[in-house]
Amino acid sequence: MHPALQGLITIIVGVGGCVGYFYFSNQFLDRVLFPATGKHAGRNINRANQIRPWLFLFPALFALGLYLAYPVFATLWLSVTDRDAGGAFVGLANYSQMFGEPKFWEAMTNNMLWLIIVPAFSTGFGLLAAQLTDRISWGGIAKSLIFMPMAISFVGAAVIWKLVYDTRPVGQDQIGVLNAVWLSFDGGVWSVLVLKLVPIALVAIFAAFMGFVIYQTLRPVIGREKGHGETHWWGYVLRGLLSLAAVWMLWLSLGSILSLFSASLPYGEPQTWLTIPFWNSIFLMVVLVWIQTGFAMVILSAALRGIPEETIEAAVIDGANPFQIFFKIKVPQIMSTIVVVWTTITIVVLKVFDIVFAMTNGQWETQVLANYMYDKLFRANDWGVGSASAMIIMLLVTPILAWNVYNARKETR
Amino acid sequence: MHVSSKKSPLTWAVHISVVALVALWLFPTVGLFVSSFRTADQIANTGWWKALFTQERQAPAIRIAGNEEEIDGQFVIAGNLFESDEVEISKWGTSSRAPEAYVPGDSVDVGDGASLTVAADGAFRLSAPQSFGDSRLPRVFTTATRPPEFTLENYRFVLFDPGNREGMARAFFNTLTVTIPATIIPIVIAAFAAYALAWMRFPGRSLLIAAVVGLLVVPLQLALIPLLRLHNEIGIGKGYLGVWLAHTGFGLPLAIYLLRNYMVGLPRDIIENARVDGATDFQIFVKIILPLSFPALASFAIFQFLWTWNDLLVALVFLIDSTGETTVMTKQIVELLGTRGGNWEILATSAFVSIAVPLVVFFAMQKYLVRGLLAGSVK
Repeated sequence: MHPALQGLITIIVGVGGCVGYFYFSNQFLDRVLFPATGKHAGRNINRANQIRPWLFLFPALFALGLYLAYPVFATLWLSVTDRDAGGAFVGLANYSQMFGEPKFWEAMTNNMLWLIIVPAFSTGFGLLAAQLTDRISWGGIAKSLIFMPMAISFVGAAVIWKLVYDTRPVGQDQIGVLNAVWLSFDGGVWSVLVLKLVPIALVAIFAAFMGFVIYQTLRPVIGREKGHGETHWWGYVLRGLLSLAAVWMLWLSLGSILSLFSASLPYGEPQTWLTIPFWNSIFLMVVLVWIQTGFAMVILSAALRGIPEETIEAAVIDGANPFQIFFKIKVPQIMSTIVVVWTTITIVVLKVFDIVFAMTNGQWETQVLANYMYDKLFRANDWGVGSASAMIIMLLVTPILAWNVYNARKETR
Repeated sequence: MHVSSKKSPLTWAVHISVVALVALWLFPTVGLFVSSFRTADQIANTGWWKALFTQERQAPAIRIAGNEEEIDGQFVIAGNLFESDEVEISKWGTSSRAPEAYVPGDSVDVGDGASLTVAADGAFRLSAPQSFGDSRLPRVFTTATRPPEFTLENYRFVLFDPGNREGMARAFFNTLTVTIPATIIPIVIAAFAAYALAWMRFPGRSLLIAAVVGLLVVPLQLALIPLLRLHNEIGIGKGYLGVWLAHTGFGLPLAIYLLRNYMVGLPRDIIENARVDGATDFQIFVKIILPLSFPALASFAIFQFLWTWNDLLVALVFLIDSTGETTVMTKQIVELLGTRGGNWEILATSAFVSIAVPLVVFFAMQKYLVRGLLAGSVK
């Protein structure tokens, strides 16, 4: 049968089946099981109304249970069993095998880098774009153009950026933009300025920002200031983790400043960007930042518009300059939205697979967890270790999951 | 806005920064778009950003061809090297060792007493005292400036060439076959569930809502092996049915969450009045809630469409078997990246075919997409 025809039949059967199910099950409930007539009419109506919600919910609960809840436990079970031994329980053997693999630690390190850099830059650029486009007449068009990559598949984006990173041998015209720009530098004053001093300044700003983050997170813990309300123990844990991540970033950025100073750049030689360890991961992250910035911008722009005018007017009257208004009045008021955007992008990053799969397939030290897992599951056919790495992804998502559920409970209560 | 409504230098800085930002964001996509209209030879020789300008470059050798005529005892072959009349030759040659040996107008001996002359506009004249017969005619190397030139040949080859085994036509229809049921079915199921969670009272409701919110972030990576095994055990195996079911399952949390949030905001009076008038829940749902929820349904439909159209992982695991009959476009492109890594004309065109549909949907329905995003993540 032609797949298109099959698809059409599925739509009809699926949609018709769903609607039919809802219609007939309701009919059955009202007419046959608990008819609203006779001497028990009142009681029957009540009973029918107790059951009805579950009729409405059943297909969704069934699908959710089967396709999302059950796999969590099934994967957990797979991760502690050995497929080759007929599914025998092996305890944590898969995990210890995985922890012994350098490729896993490479994926972990890269994932941590992705987790910090991509949400930070997407949110940062998004905030910048939102703030800038809200102030000009053609902002709407600008927004939709920056937002456009959201519609492009990760695979499509991979092709787009592979063209940007493309390399031709020495002597031929470069067809990748990055190499064409690179070759226009010849090692003169201009090159030193653009390729050394400017990057060093940018990294230094980033490092300073990280230092600020460390200071801000640790200040209440060290205890100079009391009286911000009581902090839970998990508050300390969170602050500890945040400052650890910031210290790591600070360390990395200081290291890269040093290496930028001492590096002698190979001017005039076309580079194969995706094979340079560490930097190739950055080049892959650029792709995701490019995609996610639009998302951050749209949400943050709505949040910026929601800020009460009076607060800004008050600041203007008090003589605040635009930068002070932005950082001291606007940003604090949309902090909760920034957190939401940040966590949403974090989840996307944790699942990032297509970009790495299509562009480098984890070669040249660009492995990430999701691709590592795919390798283990479908190339090495090692379900134990594959499931163990999937559980690691789950573990990393769990804090966000708990936080979301906590908020949802608070809201519906 | 009100802060600096007067034209200050800062306003200009804002304009310039936005232009730069937009240009930066658009540049990579435009590169792919322009490349898909260039020939393999053009892509391999110059950057796409030069495609819009007249440029001078060395063209591959052209072998002279044409009908022989006898004029005044001389055998002559005349014609033009180029179809376009806007090409201007600056240098030419007859061997790959010295492709820029002569200037237009030079008359050159090409052996056997034959002489060749090439004019600046590509007109050539090859003459010899004896007939050329079946002998190989000389090749001409040219360095010429030519105007921008674009072709639709790549699209014809990628989409309509029956001899092209790596074509996108079949993958395009496969993707469509995956996408449409995988978009419609979760909407129907989720709409009923969302109504129950929004407007029906029953014990455990808030717990279920929390569970849906929790499932929103569960990575689908966890589902791959257990579900593939399940599909194999109940006989679905790899195929369309499996991928539809999988997409339905994975799309449901967002669908329920979005639709419930929207339905909760609908005016209570309408629903209460209908109840008082004796409408059943089923009637209320179909006649009142569904039409009013159209914006939310549209937002989710766009999300789910983009997500299923652009998906690679779910298709790889649940759909594409070893025969490759059911391959989708994303998978086809990954294959091409492996086998045709250097053939940018094919890669760019294939990629553009696959991103064109989402882009059209995106620009046509952007309003709903933005609304859905805001409902889905800002509380």
